[in-house]
Amino acid sequence: MQVNALFLYTQRFDMETDAIEKIFQQKIDEEIKIEPKDWMPEKYRQTLIRQISQHAHSEIVGMLPEGGWIKYAPTLKRKAILIAKVQDEAGHGLYLYSAAETLGIDYLTMMEQLVSGKAKYSSIFNYPSLSWADMGAIGWLVDGAAILNQVMLCRTSYGPYARAMVRICKEESFHQRQGFDILYTLSQGTDEQKAMCQDAINRWWWPSLMMFGPKDEASTHSDQSMNWKIKRKSNDELRGQFVNMIAEQVKVLGMTLPDPDLKWNEEKNSYDFGEINWDEFWNVVKGNGPCNKQRIEARRKAHEGGTWVREAALAYADKKKNKSKAA
Amino acid sequence: MPENMLSKIDYCLHLADNALILCHKNAAWCGHAPSPELDIALTNISLDLIGQARNFYQYAATLINENNAKGDSVTDDHLAFLRDVNEFKNCLLTEIPNGDWGQTMLRQFLFSNYQYFLFQQLINSKDEQIAAIAEKSIKETTYHLRWSSEWVIRLGDGTPESHSRMVHAVQELWPYTGELFLPADYEMDCLKSGIGADLELLKKDWWNKTHEIFSEATLSIPGKSFVQDGGKYGKHTENMIPLLTELQYMQRAYPGCEW
Ligand SMILES: [Fe+2]
Ligand SMILES: [Fe+2]
Repeated sequence: MQVNALFLYTQRFDMETDAIEKIFQQKIDEEIKIEPKDWMPEKYRQTLIRQISQHAHSEIVGMLPEGGWIKYAPTLKRKAILIAKVQDEAGHGLYLYSAAETLGIDYLTMMEQLVSGKAKYSSIFNYPSLSWADMGAIGWLVDGAAILNQVMLCRTSYGPYARAMVRICKEESFHQRQGFDILYTLSQGTDEQKAMCQDAINRWWWPSLMMFGPKDEASTHSDQSMNWKIKRKSNDELRGQFVNMIAEQVKVLGMTLPDPDLKWNEEKNSYDFGEINWDEFWNVVKGNGPCNKQRIEARRKAHEGGTWVREAALAYADKKKNKSKAA
Repeated sequence: MPENMLSKIDYCLHLADNALILCHKNAAWCGHAPSPELDIALTNISLDLIGQARNFYQYAATLINENNAKGDSVTDDHLAFLRDVNEFKNCLLTEIPNGDWGQTMLRQFLFSNYQYFLFQQLINSKDEQIAAIAEKSIKETTYHLRWSSEWVIRLGDGTPESHSRMVHAVQELWPYTGELFLPADYEMDCLKSGIGADLELLKKDWWNKTHEIFSEATLSIPGKSFVQDGGKYGKHTENMIPLLTELQYMQRAYPGCEW
């Protein structure tokens, strides 16, 4: 009899989940945002935790390739702008960590996933910054690619994530303009500066195309994410949009993109471009990029080196609380 | 150029160098602080400091150009990126290594405490431009002082580990505090002409505040110790060599370019 009751119970439970899941999908289809207290499928929650924390890590690790050039910035004005830019990225990381926290994971867990190498972040930051022109190329290409993804995410189905994106996008377009401005100034400069500019574009172009992820047919998470409207455009769609934008802007710089197959296609009304080196892509994803080790190591040092500071802050806050209780 | 004009220029360079060098040191934490919140907070201070540096360099450049008959004009960037180590007039305290987070917080407190009372005086400077820059800077400096005081207290009175780290930081930094109040000749000239600060007065205010914060932080003030000085006259610690190598790398490697 007990077995029977249990059977009935689980059957009822299944039906309820089905119904509830239908309501959930309906909300998504009607463009109603999902909020932290709403019911959501466990897979939806897990997908978002993975994606938002990866996104947050990318902002924080993304501070490193540019942060390392603050000390070399060539003028006071450029130094101030670069400091502010890298600081913005820390802010983006914070917004995103808090958005992820609404899904029931905490900051320290996410940080530990990052420094243990378990969590991923955007592979682009595993490439080295080798000249001042890289500060321009990163702003123009890397922030530029990030913007396309993030503009799409302003309409993502999870409320806190979408709202974080709206705040972030405002700052990102400023970053891209600053990056372009650095390159534009170089393009008007000496031969050495022009060469520096072209070299940075050559090095950052392909990695920035890789930022959009694998080709649609090879992307594992895409379909479900599209149904749940976490993602709203496919990797290839966004990548194509990016190429169309950059292929025009590079003309203003009088520079070229390092792709012999890049050609305007009248029929498609967009650019054709060459094949990405997918071996390189997967290698960097797997941790073998030029700077994977250094980036994780820098984050690990910052996090673990800061343990005593965080502990002291907690201990002091406790002492204060006890004092005010006693008073 | 009249003597007191030279002193005024040196005074502005001294104030600018202090802000730039400390900005440069603090900015090395960007991306490496114990948490993103702290990263943002310290980076804010770096941004304020580079703003102050630019204001003082720009004013110094204007004075230099107005008083230079030869006509080669200098800019704020020339002054920051093309002067040699013995021309930098920052106090040694600003160029001391970052150490751990505690040492950086303590250095910030000791310096912001100094800057706070300095700007309090300079808002009454007879030089309108200096007074205006001080006026602009006092608000942000008030915040720097409050924030760094809180961290000195928190770490001093936090855990046994944080306390002993702060005791170590005090030992490291204390010998460089005396220089803040030893007036260079250009500071004395500027005091006489009513445009500079009175360091005797400043020292009293600084000392009271330091006492207050240290006692809350359960840290003791070291007894008499030897004062390391020379920075205000361009005699620096060896830390300045790698620092300027970074800071001036681009302008030295690619002279005469627009950036
Ligand atoms: Fe960002
Ligand atoms: Fe950005």
